[in-house]
Amino acid sequence: MKIYGDKVAVDDLTFDVKPGIVTGFLGPNGAGKSTTMRMIIGLDAPNRGSVTVNGRPYAEHRAPLHEVGALLEAKAVHNGRSARNHLLVLAATCGISDRRVDELLELVGLTHVASKRVGGFSLGMGQRLGIAAALLGDPATLILDEPVNGLDPEGVLWIRHLLRSLAREGRTIFVSSHLMSEMALTADHLIVIGRGRLIADVSVADFTKHASSDLVYVRTPEAERLRDLLVGPTVHITAVSPGRLEVIGLTSDEIGDLAAANMIPLHELIPHQASLEDAFMSLTHDSVEYQTSEVSS
Amino acid sequence: MTTLDTAPVITLPTMSADDIDNLDVTPSRVVRSEWLKMRTLRSTWLTMALAIASVPGIGIAIAWSTANDWLKMRPRERLHFNPLADPLSGFNLAQLAIGVLGVLIVAGEYPAGMIRATLAAVPRRLPVLWAKLGVFTTITLVAMVPVSVFTFFVSQRLLSSRHIQTTWSTPDVARSVIGVGLYLTVAAALAIGLGAIIRNVAGAIGAFAGVILVLPVIASALPQTWGDRINKWLPSNAGQALMSVVSDNTTLSPWRGFAVFSGWALLALVIAAVLLRSRDA
Ligand SMILES: Nc1ncnc2c1ncn2[C@@H]1O[C@H](COP(=O)(O)OP(=O)(O)OP(=O)(O)O)[C@@H](O)[C@H]1O
Ligand SMILES: [Mg+2]
Repeated sequence: MKIYGDKVAVDDLTFDVKPGIVTGFLGPNGAGKSTTMRMIIGLDAPNRGSVTVNGRPYAEHRAPLHEVGALLEAKAVHNGRSARNHLLVLAATCGISDRRVDELLELVGLTHVASKRVGGFSLGMGQRLGIAAALLGDPATLILDEPVNGLDPEGVLWIRHLLRSLAREGRTIFVSSHLMSEMALTADHLIVIGRGRLIADVSVADFTKHASSDLVYVRTPEAERLRDLLVGPTVHITAVSPGRLEVIGLTSDEIGDLAAANMIPLHELIPHQASLEDAFMSLTHDSVEYQTSEVSS
Repeated sequence: MTTLDTAPVITLPTMSADDIDNLDVTPSRVVRSEWLKMRTLRSTWLTMALAIASVPGIGIAIAWSTANDWLKMRPRERLHFNPLADPLSGFNLAQLAIGVLGVLIVAGEYPAGMIRATLAAVPRRLPVLWAKLGVFTTITLVAMVPVSVFTFFVSQRLLSSRHIQTTWSTPDVARSVIGVGLYLTVAAALAIGLGAIIRNVAGAIGAFAGVILVLPVIASALPQTWGDRINKWLPSNAGQALMSVVSDNTTLSPWRGFAVFSGWALLALVIAAVLLRSRDA
């Protein structure tokens, strides 16, 4: 439990994060994700309760950087130092070689700016430096607070591949995000919190299954005929406009196969994409603190 | 996700098993890290250069101009001249440079959050404070004692043209000259402590200057009966007793004063250590 003034930031939150998979950490703004992550590596102390990493508090591990590598939400650098010197300074605390620092600069794509002062870095370059710092000690557990924040599309994809690769090596990956859709692509398991409390601890597969409403959008010149073929007791069809249908109760595979078997041309066949975000919002709706009010005219 | 099973695999640069077994945080490694931190900032070099240059710069200028003007000076002025203390008065500027640097070494980690990276790497925290203290006081001692001795000899050489010099073997002179370096070393420790307590560069520099320079001025405005009792215990007054050859009841004896000054620095460091352990970073 963590209290700031009279504000309870994290309350009675208990969960495990397993090795070998990517665990996504989700929640609305102010839910307590960053606070939880800071408590894991001992930067913030809980007012009550404890946090352990592999059975003991982070500070009691002999080789902390080998135990946990962390990228925090806020920057954690000195603006006057170069990127390479920043990593060398951290590497020195546990005897990591200069060669490894250079290899990691290469990995995150900062070699060409290694001797530039960190103060001039863009948000994305700063994130890359933070990721290199997190990976310095070859950590068994990686904690990343909104790593894709500020990254370009290529960087986002790179992070996704990196996290999945690291998980496959057997590491524990714990990564926070606001974007359910991004997490659905990256994570295997989800921890969802709101107002500092646990809301859900589920696999992505389960979450997706429960979440998606099976809505499929179809556009075809033979809407009438397709509609007659699709109808059934568990199927609900809405004609949005001439030639356009929304189908609930069948997968896009089933609709496509059926149309092909009956020689019906399909111009569009789109499983509803927003359902994950919708499900996430409905899950956390009650715990959203900073809500935008709807503007009505 | 099936689509991602064909995605490119990114591999981390590997470490040998020996290297992995050898990733402990040790005091000497934390010292190395802090030493590297200081070396890799331009502000360190600039401030340290100012501290080092100010003692001989001011001292030699004073000795040289005094020697030049000696024949024109009035008796009262001559009487006022102290061949030991005056050429060493550059320490006043040096102590400010050292105070600024000591504060920067600790509080300078806070604005952009470097402290979080530091404490994640050294989660026991206190080794960081002791390493900063150890490295900076060592640098100060190693730099400032020779600088002070050098300044003494050069300025005495200049003064000898008018036969107004003093000598190294005169009682209390050696203690006084080396005392400049010792005083500045304790000032360095005090600055580290204040930086860690206040965690804000401007605030901590203000506090340092306040304690060292302003407090004695305020206290000197007290009625004399009070002032005489309080003044000598103030950090800088107590510490500067080590550099003076005259000792009366308004100052502490040299080593006693130095001990009191060290006590103030120690107090700041103990508070700093307690706060560093207990506060969120
Ligand atoms: N240092 C602090 N002092 C005071 N309150 C804080 C502090 N840090 C966090 N809080 C409060 O604690 C709550 C949780 O904040 P936290 O940053 O952990 O949320 P988050 O889930 O990371 O949010 P976001 O998605 O916006 O990053 C918020 O209400 C925040 O205002
Ligand atoms: Mg956050």
